[in-house]
Amino acid sequence: MSGILVVMEQQAGTWNRASWETLAAAQQLASEMGSTASAAVLGQNNAALAQELAAKKLERVYSVGHELLAAYTADAHTAALEQLIRKIEPAVVLFPHTYQVRDFAPKLATRFGRVLVSDAIGFRVEAGSVVFVRQLFQGKLNADVKAESAGVQFASIQAGAFRADRVEAGSAILENFAPELNPNEIRAKPSEPFRESARAVDLSAADLIVAVGRGIKEKENISLVEDLAKALGAELAASRPICDNGWLPMERQVGSSGQTVSPKAYIAIGISGAIQHLVGMKGAKTIVAINKDENAPIFEVADYGIVGDLFEIVPALTEEAKKAKG
Amino acid sequence: MKIIVSIKQVPARDSQLRIQANGRWIEENDLSFEINEPDAYALEEALQLKEKHGGEVIALCAGPARASQAIREALAKGADRAIHIEDENLVAFDTLGIAKLLAQAAAAEQADLILTGLQSDDLGYGQTGVVLAELLGLPHATIVMAVETADSGIRVKRELEGGWFQNVQMPLPAVLTIQSGINKLRYATLMGIKKAKTKEVKRVAVAELGVAPSPAISIQRIYPPPRSKQTQLLDGSPKEAAAKLVEKLRFEARVL
Repeated sequence: MSGILVVMEQQAGTWNRASWETLAAAQQLASEMGSTASAAVLGQNNAALAQELAAKKLERVYSVGHELLAAYTADAHTAALEQLIRKIEPAVVLFPHTYQVRDFAPKLATRFGRVLVSDAIGFRVEAGSVVFVRQLFQGKLNADVKAESAGVQFASIQAGAFRADRVEAGSAILENFAPELNPNEIRAKPSEPFRESARAVDLSAADLIVAVGRGIKEKENISLVEDLAKALGAELAASRPICDNGWLPMERQVGSSGQTVSPKAYIAIGISGAIQHLVGMKGAKTIVAINKDENAPIFEVADYGIVGDLFEIVPALTEEAKKAKG
Repeated sequence: MKIIVSIKQVPARDSQLRIQANGRWIEENDLSFEINEPDAYALEEALQLKEKHGGEVIALCAGPARASQAIREALAKGADRAIHIEDENLVAFDTLGIAKLLAQAAAAEQADLILTGLQSDDLGYGQTGVVLAELLGLPHATIVMAVETADSGIRVKRELEGGWFQNVQMPLPAVLTIQSGINKLRYATLMGIKKAKTKEVKRVAVAELGVAPSPAISIQRIYPPPRSKQTQLLDGSPKEAAAKLVEKLRFEARVL
């Protein structure tokens, strides 16, 4: 049992970007363990994708091809990867922490009597075994998590935790792996992915975003941040709970289930900074946090912070912005 | 339709967390607890499905004695009965161990549907539902935003990344993990709270379920996260702090 296997994710021939970040993590882990990394891609026809992978610093690239892998199902993905892992016996299997991985990787780990260390943000090697770092309590605390017994370790890597541009080039042996899959074992019947409606609001183009979270407490208070956004000439955005409650439309949601933005400045008001939100906005050049809790995770990424009552600070800020804009 | 909803009790969202002296978990004594928010949405979905199709809703919870408060709340909102896997040392179990306990308790019920939240607000592994499905040999769907019956099974709307969705059809019985925001949460009525007192709560000891803790993974240490940026705090009165911030936005971020 040795080596690291990265399970790359692709949809209709396009990589999920987080796959490359995970590949960079795997290369780093391999070098720290004095081991090698290999990668697997699953689908119906992976030739071009596997070729692209074969030009990276990897031991092997496994092209796992089957017509039942064309459309994603947890049953087919789990069965195919179980067969591959039993054959090549890696010490560690890494996934990008995507929605798809969340759907099947826990099932796969269970087949091996293991637990997926999900959403890891880092790792270190101690006495030959890997200690993963992951977040608890919506990012308020970190935890070091370690395997308690021998056997393959499964972990998924948080988007943005490693840098895709650190992937090292090289050359790998390309190997086709044909899993045995039975259509009767695939119980879910997925249909084509769709969008609810054309997106009327494109937050990704905004230079300045004012975003509001749970701290605003009530729908009636939303107008406070609307006034601020107007005074600053900013786009208005929100964290998920605000949109779930219908206080602002879904299309203004920033985060893993909403839009990803990287404005010049992002002002987070009453947003604690759960990771699902942070992944959508931590690319902003300047981040401002206004929050009553000085320990809120949002301050981990903020350049400027005001600790205090948003109901006092936001109106004051609106006044000052009006003055500045003159 | 017989529906099991698996709920977890977690520290209330605004809790100030303190780390235990041994560094491995938080001090729980002075905290207040609530139903894990995604599980509350799963419970609501179960209640709405029962209202539409008839049947029974059973709340299933693994937790210490304090979790009986979460169970009472589920009963007050409309669950018909509950199963409480009661143990003061469940931290000795990892996700797989907890899922095995839940699977043992759920198997005997032969439910049509098992619902749970997509993740817990404390540990946040986001996998209990999927592991439970695998242990019970059932199909599953995760991050579900709508549930309806279709043919002999169900059709669910799954949330994908970046504003995409997908419909998936599957036979029953099945396990679904529910996304927050799928429905509007109800409050318990006074009548509901009163009725909850007469509803059955079956207490099950870990030993009865024949699952011993043999964790595959464990937490070595918990600690406050290191800050990736040095935050410059702007102080003073609200007006002063606001003026300082506008200054920064103007001359440093250059967005005004």
